[in-house]
This record gives sequence, C-alpha cells and structure tokens, in this order.
Amino acid sequence: MRPPRFLTNVLAADASADRVVPPSGFTAYLTLFTSGVMAFLAVFALALSLATGRLADRWGEELAHASTVRISAPEDQMNVQTEAALRVLSTTEGIASARALTAEEQRALLAPWFGPDVPVESLPVPQLIEVIETPEGYDAAGLRLRLSAEAPGAVLDDHTRWRRPLIAAANRLRALGLVSILLIGGAMAAMITLAANAALAANSQVIEVLRLVGARDAYIAGAFVRRFTLRALIGAAAGCILGMLAVLALPSQDEAGFLTGLGFQGGEWFWLLLLPPVAGLVAFVATQRAALRVLGALS
Amino acid sequence: MLWRKTQSPVCFTRLKPVPVWCRNIAETRGQDVIELENVAYSYGGGELLSDVSLKLAPGSFHFLTGPSGSGKTTFLKLCYGALVPAAGHARIFDRDVRAMTREDVAMARRRIGVVHQDCQFLDHLTMAENVALPLTVAGRDVQAEAGNLSELLAWCGLTPRAEALPPQLSGGERQRAALARAVILSPDVILADEPTGNVDWEMSQRLLQLLIELNRMGKTVMIASHDLGLIRAAKQHVQARVLRISNRRLQLAGADL
Repeated sequence: MRPPRFLTNVLAADASADRVVPPSGFTAYLTLFTSGVMAFLAVFALALSLATGRLADRWGEELAHASTVRISAPEDQMNVQTEAALRVLSTTEGIASARALTAEEQRALLAPWFGPDVPVESLPVPQLIEVIETPEGYDAAGLRLRLSAEAPGAVLDDHTRWRRPLIAAANRLRALGLVSILLIGGAMAAMITLAANAALAANSQVIEVLRLVGARDAYIAGAFVRRFTLRALIGAAAGCILGMLAVLALPSQDEAGFLTGLGFQGGEWFWLLLLPPVAGLVAFVATQRAALRVLGALS
Repeated sequence: MLWRKTQSPVCFTRLKPVPVWCRNIAETRGQDVIELENVAYSYGGGELLSDVSLKLAPGSFHFLTGPSGSGKTTFLKLCYGALVPAAGHARIFDRDVRAMTREDVAMARRRIGVVHQDCQFLDHLTMAENVALPLTVAGRDVQAEAGNLSELLAWCGLTPRAEALPPQLSGGERQRAALARAVILSPDVILADEPTGNVDWEMSQRLLQLLIELNRMGKTVMIASHDLGLIRAAKQHVQARVLRISNRRLQLAGADL
C-alpha cells in the first residue's frame, strides 16, 4: 500500500526549500512539547477506552449467561432447600448447569470484606447456587414461581438489576475514552494552529522576501507545513513511547485489583503505531489551513 | 575612471558564452512589459497617485524622481503587482493585474527583479544563498547553476563575501547583493527603489554602472531616486527617460535632467 501523496511530499522535502524558514524559535519547542504531551495523554485515553471496552464485553458475556440462587433458610432446613432448589434448576429448560458453591468458594467471595480467615461455617450466610444458562436462556418469572413453591427461602438473582448499569457505565467509559482522544486531537490542532500563526507572524519579513523573489503561496506554506508536521511526528512518537512505558509500568493484574486490564493486550498495541501519523496529519491540516489563511490575508 | 576600472568583462566580451542570468528574453521584444493606464492609488482615503499613465518598452531605461513621500515606492509596487490600482489599469506582461491570481503575480515577479532601498534579506542564510533565493523558490537546481551564481557574484564584486551573513555586509555590499538577487533569474525588468540611498558616492556610481550594464544587455530598467546628481551622471552613459511624480501625477522631467 502506498502512503498518501501529501505524506510523501512532506517527508521528501527539498532541504534547500526548508532552509528558507529560520530553523529555531519557541514555536519549534512548543510544537514538539504539545504533540508529545498530547500523544502521551492519548495513549492513556486509548488504554482506558480499550480496557473499558474489554470490561464491558466481559461483564456482558459473563453476566448474561450466569445467575445466582440465594438460599436463606434456618440452619436445619438449609440443606433440604438447597437440594430442592437444585432439583428444580436441573429440570428447568434453558439452564445448562447449576451447582452449590462450596464453603471455600463462599469464603473467597467474602474475603475482600472480612479477610481470608473468616469462619463461613459459623456465620449465618446464605447458601449460593451458581446457575449457568444455555444460550437461549430461561423463563425467569416461571422459575421464581417454581422455586418459591419448592424452596421458600430461595431467591433468584438473574443479575439484570445490576448488570445493566455496570455495562452502561463501562460503555460510557469507553465512549469517554474515545471522546478524550478526539478532544486531545482537537486541542493539539488548536495548539499547533496557534504555534503556526505565531511562526508565520514572527517570519513576516521572510514571507515578504520570499514573495518579492517570486515564491508562490503554496511554496511558502509548504516550508512551514513540512516543518510543523515533522515536529509533530517526532514529538508524538516520543510521547507515544513514553506513554507505552508508563502503561507497561502499571501494576500487574494480580497486584492491581480494580485496575485489572488497564493497558493493551495483544494486537491492541498496534493502535499505538497510529498515534504519531495521526498527530502528523492533524499538524499538517492545522498548519496548512493556518498558513494559507495568513498568506491570503497578507497583501 | 571608476567606470572603466570596475567594468565587468563577463557580458561584454564575447570570448565565452553569455551566462544564463544575463540573457534577454526575446519574446518580450516589441511589446510593453509594463503598462499603467490612468492609474490612481489611495492610502487611507488620501489619493497618492492620480491619472498616471506609462508604458515601459523592453530595453528602456527610466529614472523616477520626486520628493520624499510623493509615491515613488507606491508607483514601483504598482509596476510589479504588489499593489492593485484603485482606478485605471495596470498591465504586467500584457496581463491586467486585477485579473491575475496570486499564482500569476508570483510567476510575474520571477520576470521582474526588484531592488529595495532597505535590501531585505533572510538573515539566517549566507549572502550567496540569498542571491540564489529566486532560483530556490523557482525550483531550480542551485547546485547545477553554481557556475552562473559564482560568475554573477564576481560581476558584482561579491565573491569574497559569498559566505558572509547579511548582517555582516556593508551597505554597499548589501545593495550589490540585492541587485544580484534581482537579476539571477534573468528577469525582463529591473525595478530599483533608491538603490543608492544608503551608500557613498563611489559605491552609488558602481551600482549605477551595474544597472546600466544590465540595460545594455537588454533589460528594462527603472530606478526610483531623488538623487539628481546620480541621474545626471547616468545620463552621460545611457539614454534614459526621467519621470517625475509631482502633485500626484507623473510627468516628464525638465531639460535640466
């Protein structure tokens, strides 16, 4: 696949043409710094967006096919009602499997709140039954009726009540990440436009001389556009690398707990390769528009 | 005599081919290169030039004189398309300035060498690079034309200062460099605005001699100057028309000039 023509024009710059614009100035550092910082932030926004996307998918996938039956009964009836509930579940259409959680599993569930040594057996905690649905699912209303008849202490929780807001929140976080990337791109375009305007204003005499000797607006604009595009590319590449290192330095999945999965997995790392070219494209468009507007306004 | 002493052999001896930068463009022969017809121009509501008409024939030599602030620089700017007349018509190489795009104006300026009194340069480039700037912006291979460039610098007496930056040049060197830059693309017309304004008499004679030599090569030359002594000196060597801007109008100067 051939790169876009504008990109080859930018990269295959005529060195002598580039020399007509003075090389230094605060706008050079401003552009490098801005694009670097924006790329760094974009890495995190992208990581957030991808991680929340994964989270939403996982939650949706896991919770959509799992339910819980909670048996709250006096101690002497607990086993009877648990077995009754399991019988009902095993004969219900749309349920692939159902099993009562062991004391160890229940202790693991309570560990985050009560610590690892909680004596589950001596506490009046309900017995939990994990229900795995078939892809077609089951009739929740019918199952509730049957459970209330066979095991009065059984309560069916099909996760709908809290699954929806969780998935919605994850999806909103993903959208927020994408919006953040767009805002970062917009802010970068604004900053580079300001820097380009400043550079053009600071080089008004250069522009005047170039026009005097017959330079076309496209030639003058091109000298500025190439410079700003390359600076943005370099700055964004550096910011991207720093962002990647920062993401790699985040606590691992085992240590992080809640932050599990914030980062990139597998092919997601390739998305980062797009950030510098996109930053260059943003700089190209922003500088081109600024330069042609300024040159058009000059007499 | 200064004239003989500094005369460049480059273009007058035919011992070697005439360099590209001093060849005249044959197709401009016979048609006016610049024509102003009943042109008026105003600054901030006040009319600076009024009902000005002029035809610059190829190979002609003109002086433009008048008091400071009379509109000489404005007149020259109208001649190279930097300004558009408020009334009347300005034609550059037979094209009305109003009908020219910015691209057209840029192309026209490659055929018009302009020398300003303040000699604007790009201070981060060497003098040689500044002189070669028209080649660079025209997309020409400067390396391939290095021979012509060095010949032009020698003709202007600037070879030893080729690598100097503009702030390191004297007033006379800057004026000669500006002239060299103006002619490197072998333009049909050379417009010089007070080219001797910042130099001593000897240097002004040398610059004048360079412009006369260019005119003898077939270039159309117009020099805006309020230095009447310079104009009188030039008329001993070249057949020049002297125009004066007075009371917003352009008129032929009297017999004293």
